[in-house]
Amino acid sequence: MWDFCGHSLEVARLRGAPYADVRVMHLRQRDLTTKSGRVGTLGQNESIGLGIRVVANGAWGFASTDQLTREGVAACAAQAVAIARSSALAKKENVQLVPEGTYVDSWQGPCLKDPFEIPLETQLELLLAADAAMRKVKGVTLSETDMQFRKIDTWFASSSGSKIHQRRFLSGCGIVATSFQGEAIQKRSYPNSFGGQHVLGGYELIESMELLHHAPRVGEEAVALHSAAQCPEKTGTLILGGSQLGLQIHESIGHPIELDRVLGQEANFAGTSFLTLDKLHNLRYASPIVNVVADARIAHGAGLGSFAYDDEGVPAQRIDVIKDGEFTGYLSSRETAHLVGLPRSGGTMRTESWNRLPMIRMTNVSILPGSWTLDNLIADTDDGIFMDTNRSWSIDDRRYQFQFSTEIAWEIKGGKRSRMLKNPSYSGITTEFWNSCDAITNAHNWVLWGTPNCGKGQPMQVMGTGHGASPARFRNVKIGMAFSNQ
Amino acid sequence: MSPMKTRRSSKHFSPVAAVLRPERQLHQIGATVLRLAKERGVPETEVHVDESIYALTRFANNAIHQHVAEQGLVVSVRTVVDGRTARVTTNRVDENALRAAIDDCLSLASNQPKDPQLLPMSGKQKYRVVHRFQPATAALTAEERARAVKGACQLAEKHSQMAAGIFSSGQSQSVLVNSRGLTAAYRQANATFSITMQQGSAASWAKANSGDVRQFDPLELAKVASDKAARAESPAELEPGKYTVILEPAAVLDLVGFLFYDFAATAVADKRSCFSGRVGKALLGKNITIADDVYDPHQLGAPFDGEGVPRQRVVLVDRGIVKSLVYSRCSAKQAHTKPTGHGFALPNEYGEAPMNLVVGGGKTSIEEMIASTDRGLLVTRLWYIREVDPYEKIMTGMTRDGLFRIEKGKIVGAARNFRFNQSVLEMLRNVESLGPAQRATGEEAFEMVVPPMKVRNFNFSEVTKF
Repeated sequence: MWDFCGHSLEVARLRGAPYADVRVMHLRQRDLTTKSGRVGTLGQNESIGLGIRVVANGAWGFASTDQLTREGVAACAAQAVAIARSSALAKKENVQLVPEGTYVDSWQGPCLKDPFEIPLETQLELLLAADAAMRKVKGVTLSETDMQFRKIDTWFASSSGSKIHQRRFLSGCGIVATSFQGEAIQKRSYPNSFGGQHVLGGYELIESMELLHHAPRVGEEAVALHSAAQCPEKTGTLILGGSQLGLQIHESIGHPIELDRVLGQEANFAGTSFLTLDKLHNLRYASPIVNVVADARIAHGAGLGSFAYDDEGVPAQRIDVIKDGEFTGYLSSRETAHLVGLPRSGGTMRTESWNRLPMIRMTNVSILPGSWTLDNLIADTDDGIFMDTNRSWSIDDRRYQFQFSTEIAWEIKGGKRSRMLKNPSYSGITTEFWNSCDAITNAHNWVLWGTPNCGKGQPMQVMGTGHGASPARFRNVKIGMAFSNQ
Repeated sequence: MSPMKTRRSSKHFSPVAAVLRPERQLHQIGATVLRLAKERGVPETEVHVDESIYALTRFANNAIHQHVAEQGLVVSVRTVVDGRTARVTTNRVDENALRAAIDDCLSLASNQPKDPQLLPMSGKQKYRVVHRFQPATAALTAEERARAVKGACQLAEKHSQMAAGIFSSGQSQSVLVNSRGLTAAYRQANATFSITMQQGSAASWAKANSGDVRQFDPLELAKVASDKAARAESPAELEPGKYTVILEPAAVLDLVGFLFYDFAATAVADKRSCFSGRVGKALLGKNITIADDVYDPHQLGAPFDGEGVPRQRVVLVDRGIVKSLVYSRCSAKQAHTKPTGHGFALPNEYGEAPMNLVVGGGKTSIEEMIASTDRGLLVTRLWYIREVDPYEKIMTGMTRDGLFRIEKGKIVGAARNFRFNQSVLEMLRNVESLGPAQRATGEEAFEMVVPPMKVRNFNFSEVTKF
C-alpha cells in the first residue's frame, strides 16, 4: 500500500502540487439483522481504494480510485491536480495550513475478540434468541435485532513525510420491540435506538450488552406504553437518561462547535452555527457545573471517535469545549485552526472512506461526570419527568432551537420514580437549556455512547461519533410540545 | 429554464470527463461470477455489477472550497443453497477475489436456519426501454462546473451576498444477471445545482436536479436565491399557531417523501406503516392522488427492482383513498398477489418501497395561491424533518432559507423560522389548491415529482431566533 501512496504523492508533486496527502483504505463490514424470527440482512462488504487530496494553484482538489495499480493511482493523482487547478478559477485566497509534525507510526485500536473470527452461527443464535424473547411478550407485533462489525485499515501518507497505518475494529448491536394496538405504534429499544450501542472494539461489546437478558423487559415496556398516560404539556424539571443526553450533546454542542460550519462552509446543506467567532471565551454556554471535552484519545475511552491520528495525520487530542460553563474551544483542522488563533489543528479531520474528502467531524464529544448518584438525583427531585432512549431529534440549521422525543418516560413525584408516560418530548433553545442544568450524575453512570449515523458533507458522509454522558437534570424545560395542538 | 451557458474548453488543465466502461465488460464480470459459482456447484447465483462516476464542486463564501471526483465499480453476489441465502459485495474484480466472494457468501448462508419464505430466483424478464443517459450531463468537466460556480459567486458579490452550494454531475450503470437466465441493464446520468445565498443574517435557497444538465441554468437558480435572500432580511417574529401555508415543491417533497416506506406491503404486514388497517379507506383529501411511476418523464431510475422484476406503475392513493401497496416477490406471495417490481435486493428485512413517487398536481400557480391568501406563510424549504408519531405520521422539523409573510394576497415581508409538528396525513386532508407537478429536489427525501400546495391549519409549535 505504501508504494501506491508514495507513487501518487510523487505524481502530484511532479504535476505541480506543493502539498498532497493520500489515504489507502480497506474497509470490511458484516451486517446481520433478524425480524420476527427470520434472518433479515445477512451480508458482508469489502471496499478498497485510494483517495488523494492536493493543493495546486493555491486551491484544493481531490480524486479517488479503486484501480490500485501504479497506472491507476498515477491517473488519480493527475486528476486531483487538474481538479485543484479548476478550483482556482473560483478561489479567494490560497489554502493555508498550520504546521504539523511528521509521523511514522502504526496503531491498532482495542479489540479483544475479532468479530469476523466469531462463528456466524454464534452471532445469529444470539440475535434469534433475543428476537424470540421479545416476541414471547403478548402484544409485541414486531421484533428486530441487529449486529454490525467493521474492520478499517488506513494507510495515510503526506508530502510532508508522514506515514501512518491505523487499524480500527468497530462493533455494534441492538434490539427493538414494536407494538401496534388500536390507533398507535409504540416501540422500545435496547441498549439504544437506531442501531443500539456502537464502540471501538470487538465482539466483547456484544457479550457485555446481555441482549437476551434485556429482551423480555424491552418487549414488556413496548406493550405497556399503550396503557401509559400521555406525557403532559408543561414547563418543568427534566432528567435525561445517558443515551439521550449523548444525542443532546451531539446536536446542540457537537455540531455547533465545528469550525467549518461556523465559517459558512456548510451553509448550503448541514447549516451554519450560532457560535460565531466572537463567542469564543465570551459565552456562558452552560451552567458552571457543565464541562464538555472533545477527546479522540484512547484514554477517554474506546468510542467511535477514538483514534491515534486524524485523516490529516494530526495526533489525537483532547479539546476543552465547555469549561465550567464557559465556551472555550472549536473543532478545527489544519486549514481552519489559524482563524481562531490556534497554532495547531485540533485533529478532527475524518473521512468515511477512501473515496471521500476528510472534513471536520466530532470525535468523542462528552460531558464530564458530576457527583450525584442517580438514586440521590431522583430522591432530590420533587416533581419531574425522566426521559430515556431517543425516538426523534431535530434542530434548526444554526443549532439554536431543538426538539427531541424519547421512547419512554416516568413521572418523578416526591423523590420517587412513579407512573410510566408515553409520547414524551421536550424542546428548547440550546444555551438556555444547557444553562438550566443543575445536576449531573457520577462516573458510575457515565457511558461512552456511540452515534454511528452522523451525516454531513456533500457528497454525504456517514461518520461514527462518541458521546460520553451520564444522566443529568435540567430545570424549567418545555415538555410535551410535539403533541401540542394535534 | 434556459440551457446552461457555461460550456467552454480549455487547453490547459481540464481533463475530459471520465467515461463508463462498455456495458459488455459488466456483463463479462457477471458471467465470470456465474461460471465460478457453477464450478463450485452453487444451485442459484445472482450478480449485481454497478459502476459509478461522480464529481462535485462545492463552494462557500463565494469561492470553491471542496472539489472532488470518484469512480468505482462494485460486484455484489448472492447465492442460494437449500433455502439459505446471503450477499457479499466487493470492489475487487479479479477472479481470485470473485471466487473468495462466492466462498464467503456460501459460508454466510450455510450458517443460518433455512428460510421457508425464500423463493427461487426470477427467470428471464422483459423490460420497458428507458433512455436516461444524457451525454451532455456525463461529459461535464471540473472546469465547466467551476466556471458555472464562478458566475454564481460573482452574482453574489455584486449584491454583497455570500454564495454556498454544489454543482455535481455523475453517471452510473448497473447490470443484473442470475443463473436462471435473467439479464437486466440500465445506465443514467444526473446533475444537481444547489445554492444558498446569504445576505447578512438572512438566507434563501434554490436547487435543481435533472438527468439532463441543459434543463437548468445555475445562474438563473442563483438569481432566484439571491432575490429571495434580499427579501428574507429583517424577519418578524410571529406567534406559533396554525397557519395557512403555501409549500414550494421542495417543502412538499421533503414532507410527503417520508410516506414512501409506508406504502410497502411488508411495512403494512409488520404493522409499522401508517396505512396498517387503513388500506381501502378515504384517508386523504379527494384532491390527492399518488402513484409510483418510474416511467414518468420527470423521473430517473431503472425499470427493474433489486431482484430484476420489471417495475410497474402503481396508483397508491386515488382521490384520497389508499388504494394499493407495492410488493416484492416475497410479500406478493404472502399477500396472494403479483409483485409490482419494487423489491430491494435480497436478503433484507424491509421488503420493498416505491422509489419514484408522483403526486398529482393541479393548475394553480404559486402566484395565484399567494393572491388568494388573506393571511399565511410561503415556505421555501423545510429542514431536519423527523418522525414524532409513526401512525398519525406526525413529523417535526424547521422552516429554513426563506419563510415569507402573506397578507391580503401579497408577500409583505419575512418571518422568523418556525418549528412544526404536523401530521402529514392531516396535511393531505387540508390541501386547498395544487400547482403543476414537477421534479423536485430537497435534502430530506430523494427526488420525486410533486406539486406546490396551499394547505390550511399547518401547525407551527415554536419559533427560533432567526
